[in-house]
Amino acid sequence: MSGGVDVAIIDSGGANLASLQFALDRLGARSIVSSDAAVIAAAPRVLLPGVGAAADAMRRLRATGLDRLIPRLHGPLLGICLGMQLLFEHSTEGHTACLGVLPGRVERLTAAPHLPVPHMGWNTLEQIGDDPLLQGIEPASHLYFVHSYAAAVADSTQATVRYGRALAAVVRRDNFRGVQFHPERSAAAGARILRNFLAL
Amino acid sequence: MRDGQVVKGVRFRDHRVVGDILELAGRYRDQGADELVFYDITASPEGRSVDRAWVSRVARVLDIPFCVAGGISSVEDAEQVLNAGAEKISVNSPALHDPQLINQLSERFGSQCVVAGIDSQTTADGYRVYQFTGDPARSRDSQRDTLAWVSEVQQRGAGEIVLNCMASDGTRRGYDIEQLRRVRALCSVPLVASGGAGAPEHFASAFSEAQVDAALAASVFHSGAILIPDLKRALHAQGIEVRL
Repeated sequence: MSGGVDVAIIDSGGANLASLQFALDRLGARSIVSSDAAVIAAAPRVLLPGVGAAADAMRRLRATGLDRLIPRLHGPLLGICLGMQLLFEHSTEGHTACLGVLPGRVERLTAAPHLPVPHMGWNTLEQIGDDPLLQGIEPASHLYFVHSYAAAVADSTQATVRYGRALAAVVRRDNFRGVQFHPERSAAAGARILRNFLAL
Repeated sequence: MRDGQVVKGVRFRDHRVVGDILELAGRYRDQGADELVFYDITASPEGRSVDRAWVSRVARVLDIPFCVAGGISSVEDAEQVLNAGAEKISVNSPALHDPQLINQLSERFGSQCVVAGIDSQTTADGYRVYQFTGDPARSRDSQRDTLAWVSEVQQRGAGEIVLNCMASDGTRRGYDIEQLRRVRALCSVPLVASGGAGAPEHFASAFSEAQVDAALAASVFHSGAILIPDLKRALHAQGIEVRL
């Protein structure tokens, strides 16, 4: 345990870690925001949030050595939004190599009539798998999405979201999980997912 | 928002206090609002930025996204608001003064955080963008055509447009569907209708006739004339997808 915290939130430099911390506070979880490898390594669970651009976020992770630490973590890790995308091998956003704990690459969504980009707003999940993270989440549950890049559906996909085509909404490999939506801003359904994560 | 309280005017005039910010935020959260937008209407006309203390208080109680607008005129202003827990920042008057601000904000925080708020007035010369609309004495034509500005803000990186049709604002006679349709045709980012909602069918028209992504309202919710759960059920019954 790292000073009695339940979860460490990686400070990947993007704005808006506050809303995630407040969401954890509402669930009674003790969190710490850090970019210190020792703190992250000692935490029982790790959240990798991210707002901003992939290349920028990877630069910050490299600067603190977290790009090497994260793939070696053994406890549950949850990437949120950009944080989920960083788990893949590559992102075309700034054409950057990412953490590579999940195979595949992240690509830009294409705008079309009735499909504005970013994909912004509430949407439902499809093809919900039986991962414990998704316990209690129904197909009718709405979650809040804000993204311009996405990962294609692959073996790691635990749930999809339809935006023109099906996209990866929840991914997992071993202890590494990611969600494309923002659980901290997804009302009761989002709180349920964070609670599930805290119980892993 | 004015001086820590929620106020609402009619056609951007005669604002009166409608309630305490945390109380209203909590009420709308519980009623199932999908997103809240807080406008500090006194910020730009007075040449100051929003008072940030309430942003963090609101962020603690809200588990839905919210956007803050009002006098955000620099990357530093935006960063403070986003760090306090807001999802998005909306820029209006400062972007009209310095359009490059939109580029700077989207490069720093990503387009998804950057909302272009457009107060559009119907005039003999067509749709015109107004600025400093929070103060009737200073509200004026920015000399920009609304449709041209809609295209420009997208090119500069705005990730969402809130089009507030001033002629219908606060009237409760319905959104300006014609104007929204014309903007929709030029808008490849999410478009939010604002100004004029008075009845559930007005919301339905904005979605079905103008194809907007979201509809914003204030007066009808503040007064209790429309309850959000009733509105959502009515829209759902008409086949419009909503979060119930």
